Amino acid sequence: MKLVKNILESVKPLFVEGGKLEKMYPAYDAFETFLFVPDHTTKSGSHIRDAVDLKRTMAFVVLSLIPCIIFGIWNIGDQYYSAISAESNFLNSLIFGFWKFLPLLAVSYAVGLSVEFAFAISRGHSVNEGYLVTGMLIPLIMPVDVPLWMLAVSVIFAVVIGKEVFGGTGMNILNPALTARAFLFFAYPSYMSGDKVWVHGAGADGYSGETILGALASNTASWDNLKWNFNDALIGYIPGSVGETSFIAIIIGALILIFSGVGSWRIILSTFLGGYLTALLFNLWGVNFLMSTPAHIHLLIGGFAFGAVFMSTDPVSGSQTNKGKIIYGLLIGFFAIVIRVFNPAYPEGMMLAILLMNVFAPLIDHYIVDASIKKRLKRVN
Amino acid sequence: MSKSNLLSKRTKQLLSDPLDDNNPITVQVLGICSALAITVQLKPAIVMALSVLVVLSVANVIISLMRKIIPSRIRIIVQLVVVATLVILVDQVLRAFVYDVSKELSVFVGLIITNCIIMGRLEAFGMANGPWDSFMDGLGNSFGYAWILIAVAFFRELLGSGTLFGYPVLESLGIYELGYENNGMMILPPMALITVGVIIWIQRVKNIKLVESK
Repeated sequence: MKLVKNILESVKPLFVEGGKLEKMYPAYDAFETFLFVPDHTTKSGSHIRDAVDLKRTMAFVVLSLIPCIIFGIWNIGDQYYSAISAESNFLNSLIFGFWKFLPLLAVSYAVGLSVEFAFAISRGHSVNEGYLVTGMLIPLIMPVDVPLWMLAVSVIFAVVIGKEVFGGTGMNILNPALTARAFLFFAYPSYMSGDKVWVHGAGADGYSGETILGALASNTASWDNLKWNFNDALIGYIPGSVGETSFIAIIIGALILIFSGVGSWRIILSTFLGGYLTALLFNLWGVNFLMSTPAHIHLLIGGFAFGAVFMSTDPVSGSQTNKGKIIYGLLIGFFAIVIRVFNPAYPEGMMLAILLMNVFAPLIDHYIVDASIKKRLKRVN
Repeated sequence: MSKSNLLSKRTKQLLSDPLDDNNPITVQVLGICSALAITVQLKPAIVMALSVLVVLSVANVIISLMRKIIPSRIRIIVQLVVVATLVILVDQVLRAFVYDVSKELSVFVGLIITNCIIMGRLEAFGMANGPWDSFMDGLGNSFGYAWILIAVAFFRELLGSGTLFGYPVLESLGIYELGYENNGMMILPPMALITVGVIIWIQRVKNIKLVESK
């Protein structure tokens, strides 16, 4: 560590004001604070700096994603071997999945961070940490077979139009990772839906790699007649986007988020509750197979759980007030199920529901704050 | 009016201002509806731009000629009648000569009447200036409208359908063999909004005086 510190110190004069590479200071700063706790001190007033800054917060989110990542990697391999009907062991599946997942992750980080660095240098502010999490989330919500250049295009779109246009990390209206997914979904629908993209090798030997939601949306079989059961959906032996399949892995991540205080339990709980109640309501109606699917199953399948835990809790694009968080979560759950059951073309309603509520989050907060001010004013008079 | 001041500094400015500093779409943010609706392909976008050019410049001249006899209480109605007449004429011409484009533009030709740019120019310029200046103002604003429309349509048709004026450019370049796919989102209206937004962004980077002070 000392060696690294010495190297950093020795090149520092190049980057500080007046140095040769003055313009590249944001890049230097990003590396330095990534490796070491920053030695920045407050310059005025008596503000205390918490050691848990944005970088440390983001590290916690990445930590909570690890169960999903490991399970997702294994599931890529496992689904592939069952698609080509070959025997496989745990290690084989893990290695196969790793080599499928790595390019996605590499492209996501390389492209996204390049754009972030370019903007930071041209604007002269420090590189923001937000992309560390976004870059990890993006490959987890993609089908395994998405072409890498499409991934790169969607990452550029998400970072530039979803984030930098509004002023960078902390200023964005929409969740950048979901912006990337929504862009791909509308731009190249044949690579983001259907029964070929979710499992590598699907299509060979007439193996269908459709997701549970896809199967239910085609309205040919009810949940009870599908080849998957409750346990498959709970543990995650199902086709789907890389990180979204395992409910258990997601819940482990949710617990880490909640106990470290990084993610809001209000949002997570109210999203699940909103989805569950809405699905119960549609059970009564039940005119298609998606409507009659049991309410608790709705929470396990598709991206519902992953979205509820890792996407809707994004502190930037979500609601800020405590009451607002509950309303925001309930409505995400509600809209996710509504979009699912009413529009078979978009069985994955979670993505659209979260993006929609991202737009409404400031409005919800506005009315909560407004109501609170009015209540207090009454007390004064 | 003597010939020497036909293209005086002022008239030149009437022509050039709306292209950049006072662009009707990117600066005044008028006429957005049509910019979103008919920019999927280049051909209808150009026909639309030409139609607006004819309607706006002729209406501006007519209103300018009548400006002293229009009672100010009913001036909006008079302006509407003039614009509506011209729009009907343009619509009939389009139907007679380019029927397929006219069908593609459908209601949007009729909706030129409600294009804010036209009413805005009649109110702000035609009612207060001479016919020659009004004509120049109409031309300038139409060009300002046209170049944005054509720029947006160029990118939407090229990236969304891989064609330009219906000619398969990307296919003839052999790009699809490399694994390229058309971007389906470029065909949807939201991407027109984003494209216009990106043009505004680039324009403001180049033209610092458009940026509001904080």
